[in-house]
Amino acid sequence: MEIAQENKVLQFVENLSVGSDLPTYRAMAKDALAGMDFPTTRVEDWKYTRVTRITKQNYKSVEATADASAYRIPALNANVMVFVNGFYDAAQSSIEAQEGVTISAVADMDLEDYLDKLDSIDENVFSLINKAYYTGGAFVRVEKKVVAAKPLHIIHITTGEGVIANTRHFIDVDQSAEMEVVCTHHSVNAAESFSNVVLEGSVGVNAGLKVHKLQLEELDMFHISTENFIQEKDARFDINTITLGGLLVRNGLNILVDGENCDTMLNGVYLTKEKQLVDNHTFVDHLQAHCVSDEMYKGVVDDKSKAVFNGKVIVREDSQKIEAFQANGNVLLSRDAEVNAKPELEIYADDVKCSHGCTIGQLDEDGIFYLRARGLGKKSAEQLMTQAFIGEVIERVKNETVQDYIYTQFEERFGWVR
Amino acid sequence: MLTIKNLHAKVEDKDILKGLNLEVKAGEVHAIMGPNGAGKSTLASVLAGKDGYEVTEGSVDFDGTDLLELETEDRAREGLFLAFQYPVEIPGVSNINFLRTSINEIREYKGEEPISAKDFMVRVKEKSALVQLDAKLASRSVNEGFSGGEKKRNEIFQMAMLEPKLAILDETDSGLDIDALRIVADGVNKLKNEGNAIVVITHYQRLLDYIVPDKVHVLADGQIIKTGPKELALELEDKGYDWLTEKA
Repeated sequence: MEIAQENKVLQFVENLSVGSDLPTYRAMAKDALAGMDFPTTRVEDWKYTRVTRITKQNYKSVEATADASAYRIPALNANVMVFVNGFYDAAQSSIEAQEGVTISAVADMDLEDYLDKLDSIDENVFSLINKAYYTGGAFVRVEKKVVAAKPLHIIHITTGEGVIANTRHFIDVDQSAEMEVVCTHHSVNAAESFSNVVLEGSVGVNAGLKVHKLQLEELDMFHISTENFIQEKDARFDINTITLGGLLVRNGLNILVDGENCDTMLNGVYLTKEKQLVDNHTFVDHLQAHCVSDEMYKGVVDDKSKAVFNGKVIVREDSQKIEAFQANGNVLLSRDAEVNAKPELEIYADDVKCSHGCTIGQLDEDGIFYLRARGLGKKSAEQLMTQAFIGEVIERVKNETVQDYIYTQFEERFGWVR
Repeated sequence: MLTIKNLHAKVEDKDILKGLNLEVKAGEVHAIMGPNGAGKSTLASVLAGKDGYEVTEGSVDFDGTDLLELETEDRAREGLFLAFQYPVEIPGVSNINFLRTSINEIREYKGEEPISAKDFMVRVKEKSALVQLDAKLASRSVNEGFSGGEKKRNEIFQMAMLEPKLAILDETDSGLDIDALRIVADGVNKLKNEGNAIVVITHYQRLLDYIVPDKVHVLADGQIIKTGPKELALELEDKGYDWLTEKA
């Protein structure tokens, strides 16, 4: 009898195709897949997130059309790029030219020039699959001292069953330049589909970048995203991750703070229900001194859903005078809901200020009774308290239009009234 | 307006109220005094419908409805207001927002239209002035970072906003200095009219110099053991409760 040792990753990508004349970085990624396996729950980093549900199927990569007009945010007054199933939809996109700002569909040559900036960030199997097989993405470059006049709104739509969307974006913000990017993720009739996204970039010396990611897919598809960023000296980077949709979602943030006097802010909100699983893994690596990182993630977990939070911060040996703050708060709304939260601080410098706090609890019953005793129904009382709990994070999103949009989503999905 | 008959209630298997009777009519102010642990706050909690308080016997009729059958919010919507002994801090929930929701849910319950934004703001302005509550406090998170006196004034402000038929003030005077006490009492007196009623639960006779009761009740060991005119409060202040409880 013949025993075939089959590689699951190669099986997984069997139906995906990519041109024959591959640039080196993609060929390397493709080759690397042959030696990889999908993580099991025995791997610490994936302990609470079983990816078999995603990886046991074969997906097809297909171009499709979907109307993006409903997903535009008019008040944002943004340049818009639309990706359907990972393919750029130029017809639905609108980009206003600005000197010193490049916004285009990504091309291999762009990435070849820039990817080595992120060499020191480890790839995982999903980001490698993406690297080998991505079908589209945005390439953004803001030149030295240029402030982008408009934010860029990247709309991702997945449509059709059993589809994989490999989208890969790269954002390069040069010295003293400023940029803001809003990524929204949506789906239409995309049961059992898989959105595998990578968003990467570099925030140059004294530059600023804000990223707002809103995951708004239906509750029947999978989503794994990898966000890899490097910050140089005096750079400011904000990344907000709001997760409301998806059946199984993993947000993996890796931020390499490789310069002094950087400011890094990470905010996250997850509201889960039914059988959702939302996993937020963040990693801030402080390589240099005099930096501040401030992280606040909050979640409300209902029904039989699960949430995972893992916040890792490393302060390297010579990174003195670091201030690294981390807070994670969770509210369980049902007996069957589950949260696994783990702060991970590794500190090798001796003159630092670091803190972390993690709470898991229920809504304050005394508070709910107080509100009910004033005539509020139980549901309204719980909603007000939940909103207040989450609101603390939303207030940290430094863009009022985005805040409004987030609240609108709460209203549509949960019936919350502002 | 409120008729309590033979009310028995327990908390975690401990009997607290043991056959309490009380009758409050519209236009009246009643004071309930008594030693610690007599069941004063339990009575307030039972009337408001707090979880963990089990009524084992007796009835409470509130203006023709069986109060004990109603959920906490419906009791409030029927016109019952409890000023908390310890007002709860609710970070992130603004006083104003929650009061608007509250008023509108009460109106919806009664089949009325929601209050207009303008009328609401007029009412906020008027009622916050009544208890000299800074407009800024009115719009801050519920009780968060409020001083003791501000919390109690906030309770009376909410009472003024909701215009209840029956207000139960659970030790609203405790811990207040004389100025704050006057403000709170003034507020209550201005809200009092022929159509509503107020039950004041207190430790201290001093409050009753400012909110003058029609009747004073002594609650001890889960029962009303004595009822008298406002002068009874002075007697209690002088003599304590022992002479009553021993006799009982």
